[in-house]
Parts: sequence; C-alpha cells; structure tokens
Amino acid sequence: MSVGSRITSDDQLARLLQIGIVLEEVVEARAYHHYRSLDEELDAEIEELLEEAATESAEHRERLEDLIADLDVESVPFEEIETLVEARYGRTQPDDFDGILYDQLCNEETAYKFYDDLIEAVEDTDAELSVDREAVLDVLRAIRADEAAGVEEVARIMEDR
Amino acid sequence: MNTADQYLKAIYLIQKQADGPAATGAIADAVDVSPASANEMIGKLEERGLADHEKYKGVMLTDDGIVRARDALQTYCIIERFLANVLGVEEFREEAGELEAVIDDTVADRLDTIIDREPECPDCFDAEADACACLEAAFEGTASD
Repeated sequence: MSVGSRITSDDQLARLLQIGIVLEEVVEARAYHHYRSLDEELDAEIEELLEEAATESAEHRERLEDLIADLDVESVPFEEIETLVEARYGRTQPDDFDGILYDQLCNEETAYKFYDDLIEAVEDTDAELSVDREAVLDVLRAIRADEAAGVEEVARIMEDR
Repeated sequence: MNTADQYLKAIYLIQKQADGPAATGAIADAVDVSPASANEMIGKLEERGLADHEKYKGVMLTDDGIVRARDALQTYCIIERFLANVLGVEEFREEAGELEAVIDDTVADRLDTIIDREPECPDCFDAEADACACLEAAFEGTASD
C-alpha cells in the first residue's frame, strides 16, 4: 500500500475508468428499474429525470469505454458486469417517489465525487501515460460537469416538492 | 479513502497482529513511507484523539480511532472484493492497495450494492494474507470454474 492519490500507470487509469463504467451501469440499471417499477403512477417530471439519467449514464459509459480502448490494456467482459449489476440493482430499491429522488441524488453525488477524485489523481500524476493526459481530463471534466448539473437538477426537484 | 484513514487501517491491523502497540517502523513499512513521514501523521492522529503514541512502545488506537479504522478496513474489503469478484482481477490485493486512495467511501458504498460481503466484515479480514479470509475461498472457487 502507498499513500497519496496519484495514477501510476496506464493499467491503473484503465482500472479506475472501469470502476467508473460499473458506477454508470449501476445508475443506469437503477434508473431503468425505478422507471419500470413505478410505471403506472410515475409523474412526468420524475419519468423525465430517470429517462435522462439512464441515457446520460449510457453515454458516459461509452465515453469511458473509448478512453479504455485508447489505453490498449486488457479489457473486462462488460456484458457479464451488466448482467451482474442488472441482477443486483434492487437491493436497496426505494418504494416511493421520495426514495427514488433520494436514490438518484446519491447516484449523482457519488458519481461526481468519483470523477472529482479521479481528475485530481490524473492531474497530480507524473507517470508517463500512453494517452494524451489533457484529452482524458477533458472527457472526465465534461462528465463531472454533467454529474454536477444532475445533482442540481435532482436537488431542485426535491426542493419544489 | 484519505491518508489518515489509510494509516488508521494499517495501525489497526498491525496492533491486532502484534496483540499490542504498533511499532512506528512497521507502520511506515505498511503505508510505504519514511519513518519521519509516519511519525508526522501519527502526531496528527494523536492531536485528533484517534491514537496514543508512547515512545519506545508504539502506537495504540483510541476507541474513536478503532471505529474509524474498522470503517476504513470495510471500505478496503469492498474494493478488494469488487476487484476480485466483479472485475475478476487476480492481483486484487495489490490493486486494492494502489486504488484505495482514489476510491472514496461513498463510491465504495455504491460498489458494495453489487458484491456479496459477509455480515462479519471486517472481522473476517486476515491481516497476514492482506485479504478477507472468506474472499480467498470465493475467488479460488470462481477461478477454478
């Protein structure tokens, strides 16, 4: 173990990006299942929020996958991960609108924190990465901005209710 | 996990193994820093009421320090188990050690929703093996499938 939060290699960066993909999978799966489980009683605002969350997560996942592809490291079977996440999404499934909004807020906040820490670790690294560090940071900062906007959006809806 | 939590986790595991105070040299080795850096952080932990340091004897965590150390160890277990069982990483111990500084508790809590962790966690953590005793069996089972 060593203290400090720097990226030291391509493999380590790829691993963190993979964790990002799993987090996005979790968000996507939870949003999708909340959307379906409360289908009949869902109101338009929450429906739109969950739909947007699922779409945004899928888009983030693709962008992270592109970054990993550029790193030329051994990949993980994402289909298996998708199946696993899908099978386990419901452990803390909320049962009302407040629960859904709170869960969504946690999703956005967790993702924001993850990307924020990852950006700091990439910024601080003095390791020679095989990819353009600034290009990686541009993608991660854009995703972090989406998550920040997501936190604000959910918080606004929660406040209005 | 922040730096202080990494130290608390290391001290907790060393004092558990030694069944007594953790030597500062062993702490420095565990977190891979110089003894001077370790001493500096131990001083900070003392100021925060998380550890007691007695010269020539070593460091013991306070009750508050133990609570935080156990939380940190639990986060570490989540990362190890996630790497081993979700991403299928064979060198999960080494990678968990490398990644723990970048993985926040809130992120680990989210990852925890998709792994199977034993209720006795983190008591099942085997300090010598640097892994959860139950995880080793689960991982070998998965690998031999």
